[in-house]
Amino acid sequence: MSVGKSVPRVDAYDKVTGRAKYTDDMVEKNALVGKVMHSTIANGWVKSMDISEAEKIPGVVKILTCMDVPDIQFPTAGHPWSTDASHQDVMDRKLLNRRVRLYGDDIAAVIAEDEVAASRAIKAIRVEYEQYEHVLDPYEAMKEGASQLHDEYPNNILKHSGFEDGDFEEAIKEEGLIRVEGTYETPIVQHCHIEPPVSYCYMENGRYVVVASTQIPHIVRRVVGQALGISWGKVRVVKPYIGGGFGNKQDVLYEPLNAYMCQQVGGRLVKLEISREETFYATRVRHAMTFNIVSYVRPSGRIVASQCKVVSNQGAYASHGHSVVSKSMTSFRQLYNYEKACKVEGYTVYTNTAAAGAMRGYGTPQSVFAIESHAEDIANTLGMDPLEYRRMNMMPVGYTDPFSKNVNYFDSLNQCISRARKAIDYDQKRKLYQEQTGPVRRGIGMALLWYNTAVWPISLEVSSCRMVLNQDGSVQIQLAETEIGQGADTAFAQMAADTLGIPFEKINTISTQDTDVTPFGLGAYASRQTYVGGMAVKKTAVLLKQKILDYAHEMTRMLPEDIDLVDGNIVWKTNKNKILLSLEDLAQEAFYSMEHAQHITAEATAQCKSNAYSLGCAFAEVEVDIPLGKVTLLNLVNVHDCGQLINPQLAKMQVHGGMSMAIGYGLSERLMYDEKTGKPLNDNLLDYKLSTTMDHPDLSADFVENYEPTSAYGTKALGEPPAVPGAPAIRNAILNATGVAINKLPMNPHLLYPAFRDAGLI
Amino acid sequence: MIQRKTIQCTINGKQVENVVDVRASLTDMLRNDYRMTSVKKGCEVGECGACNVIIDGECFNSCIYLAVWADGKQIRTLESLTGPGGELSDIQQAFIDEGAVQCGFCTPGFIMTAIEILETKKLYTRDELRKLLSGHLCRCTGYENIITAVEKTMLQRLEA
Amino acid sequence: MYDIEALYEASSVENAVELLQEHPDAIVIAGGSDVLIKIREGKLAGCSLVSLQKLDELRGVNMDEDGTLRILPLTSFSHITKNPLIQEHINVLGEAVDMVGGPQIRNIGTIGGNTCNGVTSADSGSTLVAYDAIMEITGPNGKRQLPISEFYVKAGKVALEPAEILTAILIPKESYNNCKGHYIKYAMRNAMDIATLGCSVNVRLSQDKKTVERLRIAYGVAGPVPMRAPTAEAKGAGKPASEETAALVAKAALEDVNPRDSWRASKALRLQLVEELTKRAFIKAVELSGGAL
Repeated sequence: MSVGKSVPRVDAYDKVTGRAKYTDDMVEKNALVGKVMHSTIANGWVKSMDISEAEKIPGVVKILTCMDVPDIQFPTAGHPWSTDASHQDVMDRKLLNRRVRLYGDDIAAVIAEDEVAASRAIKAIRVEYEQYEHVLDPYEAMKEGASQLHDEYPNNILKHSGFEDGDFEEAIKEEGLIRVEGTYETPIVQHCHIEPPVSYCYMENGRYVVVASTQIPHIVRRVVGQALGISWGKVRVVKPYIGGGFGNKQDVLYEPLNAYMCQQVGGRLVKLEISREETFYATRVRHAMTFNIVSYVRPSGRIVASQCKVVSNQGAYASHGHSVVSKSMTSFRQLYNYEKACKVEGYTVYTNTAAAGAMRGYGTPQSVFAIESHAEDIANTLGMDPLEYRRMNMMPVGYTDPFSKNVNYFDSLNQCISRARKAIDYDQKRKLYQEQTGPVRRGIGMALLWYNTAVWPISLEVSSCRMVLNQDGSVQIQLAETEIGQGADTAFAQMAADTLGIPFEKINTISTQDTDVTPFGLGAYASRQTYVGGMAVKKTAVLLKQKILDYAHEMTRMLPEDIDLVDGNIVWKTNKNKILLSLEDLAQEAFYSMEHAQHITAEATAQCKSNAYSLGCAFAEVEVDIPLGKVTLLNLVNVHDCGQLINPQLAKMQVHGGMSMAIGYGLSERLMYDEKTGKPLNDNLLDYKLSTTMDHPDLSADFVENYEPTSAYGTKALGEPPAVPGAPAIRNAILNATGVAINKLPMNPHLLYPAFRDAGLI
Repeated sequence: MIQRKTIQCTINGKQVENVVDVRASLTDMLRNDYRMTSVKKGCEVGECGACNVIIDGECFNSCIYLAVWADGKQIRTLESLTGPGGELSDIQQAFIDEGAVQCGFCTPGFIMTAIEILETKKLYTRDELRKLLSGHLCRCTGYENIITAVEKTMLQRLEA
Repeated sequence: MYDIEALYEASSVENAVELLQEHPDAIVIAGGSDVLIKIREGKLAGCSLVSLQKLDELRGVNMDEDGTLRILPLTSFSHITKNPLIQEHINVLGEAVDMVGGPQIRNIGTIGGNTCNGVTSADSGSTLVAYDAIMEITGPNGKRQLPISEFYVKAGKVALEPAEILTAILIPKESYNNCKGHYIKYAMRNAMDIATLGCSVNVRLSQDKKTVERLRIAYGVAGPVPMRAPTAEAKGAGKPASEETAALVAKAALEDVNPRDSWRASKALRLQLVEELTKRAFIKAVELSGGAL
């Protein structure tokens, strides 16, 4: 069996030799260079543009402005399309926008022979704006009189929704309840994949070929078609290796503009590289959210009712829109089990900041920071042990969600807690860190994690797979679920090997997606690849195997029911698994038989109509240098139940990466804007504080493996969950060390110094 | 009129002569003229380390190094580590074995810094290695296995 | 590809001066880690450059006959740190520049560039100021010397006249002899960052190691340029090498500094850091000098 083994990644050799081809490694040298011109105001209207001087610059081929583009608004979210108009993504941007809604909005594009000519042209374009007052804060944006970003959405409210389980007002009438309230704020952060977005486009045979660094090739195809107003079959999208995505490339970014640029120069090859700075301010970010939570608990610790109001900063364009805060709201409902009532309300609000989209965790890094900070605050208010409080109130075994019908089958949370608690020596340290004085103190804290693996039943979940037998008995497998660094290609090969009964080494995962030949699927997002993609792999492998056995029946005259494919051989099950012939021999015959030649292939679509809870926790230990307002993270332990591990080594790597992201989220990362101008202040990797090798302790990742019964290979979400519980665990550790509750991220010196000063510690 | 200059340098042991645009960075030259695809562009301002190469024994971010300055220099890129038959060097193998590779975009830069570290033939603590590797950003791995891969290779080489 | 109008490569110091005279608008480029980034940002796009990159005569650290340390401006940070003369006489400078950016930046960035760009956050700046460095400048009229305090004019501006270049940074023996220093860089990350505040302290203790004979303190980012703390230095001179003196000196330093509020850090945080880092750096410098607190 291959599943469950730490086989080396299938792409590792190419990546350690520098041979793996990413988008920019493939483009021909003669490509024209595209460059986007961005607005230098945060809110307003382009009154006029003078490109006459820019056009004279040698090497400039064509200049396109927001006055020229087709009058088509299109969506960008990497969601499956919906044939139900009411469920379709919001269409609120054009290829270039005359109505400027953020500092750095796309207002013109230059195509030139080289990048220097292109940037000189951009400098030479004269723009006259009508400027409106900008609004960066969603609460301000909702007020009467605030500038309206999109006419269709009064008060800048993209969407407002809520739900109530039980009757909150009635529930809180119970006598003797203790009220705990907290407001928790999370910042705008950026994905910071090391390869910035890049694409190139040329026309071939009257069709657009777009090669792009994307997580979602089939969705890019659809959106390029929508944005240019051309039929979708006219677009072919190719996705080579990509240098990380983390959700930013689960949005259609500049691929439509790239295709349009190509169209406007007669189908010539145009490359569009997005700089690091543009990546920060003009692609996507994680929604900043503010949660106000009011809870009522009994002195015993049982939570009776809770209410959460959340406001999410959407930025200038809808992208994934309200879906993200919807997931935050669901996690609030599910992570804890409120005895009588739970009431949640959420707003998604447009502001003049970078458009927020999907980012690893999709609303749960935000909500779990709030929920787990609040849980700690409740435990502290009650004078209760934080673990005890959680055990009393967290999602119980057997919980069934009223809407999705997902069931919590296992006692995963308790199992994860036990393991992490031991690994970090929680009980001992908790005792040790009581009653500390002095400028440098230590603390320990934890947080739980809840995540939903895929998007069913909110949206379509579908994946298709194709398998093709080669002459030597090896098999190509092909899916639209992309390799983005997480190891999907390897995991799929392991799954296919097991179901087919051929050695792992004989499976070739076709890493590159090409929408002309790759079967339809949605790409890499949510934490769905092993779960949904796994279903397609299993279904297709079963089909292919049956075809192989049928052919073997012809060759061996044994009943298909009596033979099997094991380790690359056709074996006679009813005769001690005697080897009848090798798959290679069978393939040779099938390819070249004078009687019955057949190319044995299989293709199947799996529509997934289930979902699975992925649960876990993080425990953090910190040292706080109070006079310096600085936190050193000494230890971070994550334990996850993501079901059966397909590849333990790859799984651990995923967890490390998520933990690293959580450390940055907790302690250092934040995209900042100048209040006066709306201009981003730290849109580069020097000023945006992504963690370096020196900002981490050694990371510890561990697992509890409860085989997920709804899953084809027993697996469930792991891609995103590791990024979720770290920040609140660190927050609770700082609270443990200092007695100061920090309710805002990131917990950097800018925040900690005044907080410690105000608490009288400095 | 574009200003060009003829330079001579050694790239991965091979003497070359090249006419370069004075505006080109060494990254531009290595990628465009020599198709060294291991030299990656992540920020183009020396903050991420993806374009790291070794020049005369020391690591440099080739994005903030003008191509004309390569004149007379010995340049090594990741491509130089793979043997003629495709054999991997110890450090490349360690990156695979320890699971230090995910998206792979920062990998070449990290490996070249690892080479500079390993060639000092010194024993470093894990914290010292963290500092020596701190000029590279990675968003996938949390650095954990990268540091381990370098540490293990260092110990192996020192034992040998 | 950088938007560079023209690149002139100097073949000697004299040639560099000539090139700058011929092309008065040209900008001097040494390592490039600052200038190239400004070109890419657009601030210097379309500029002409005089490159000093090939001037190996400006690399290295030597000692003059009178014991003056002569640090040549194109010496990279990593070479400063590794240099035996630096390690022996002014180790704190090697430690300070070992905190610049990351390893690759320390291989390309030069100490001359670090001072000539006039940036207050330069990790070399405060230590050089604390050691009363003398800047040797070469121009059309030959060489001249200037104390570093006069070299820094204002934020981003140093006292280089047209066609002049920095050709040496001198540390007089009187300055480094018999004293030890310590630098603390405070930044938001532990690598790849610029200082929120830098504090460099060096002390000379009495023979019995009990008294502070001489105290020098300098900061980066406590004002528009790297600056000394005369009030604090005076407060500490002649006092016992003790924790009380550390606290006294640290408090006094607040009178010397003038940090500003910016999005990178509040004035309040920087003032807190001035006091706290001065105390810690003082204590460490005393310990390095053999004092027992």
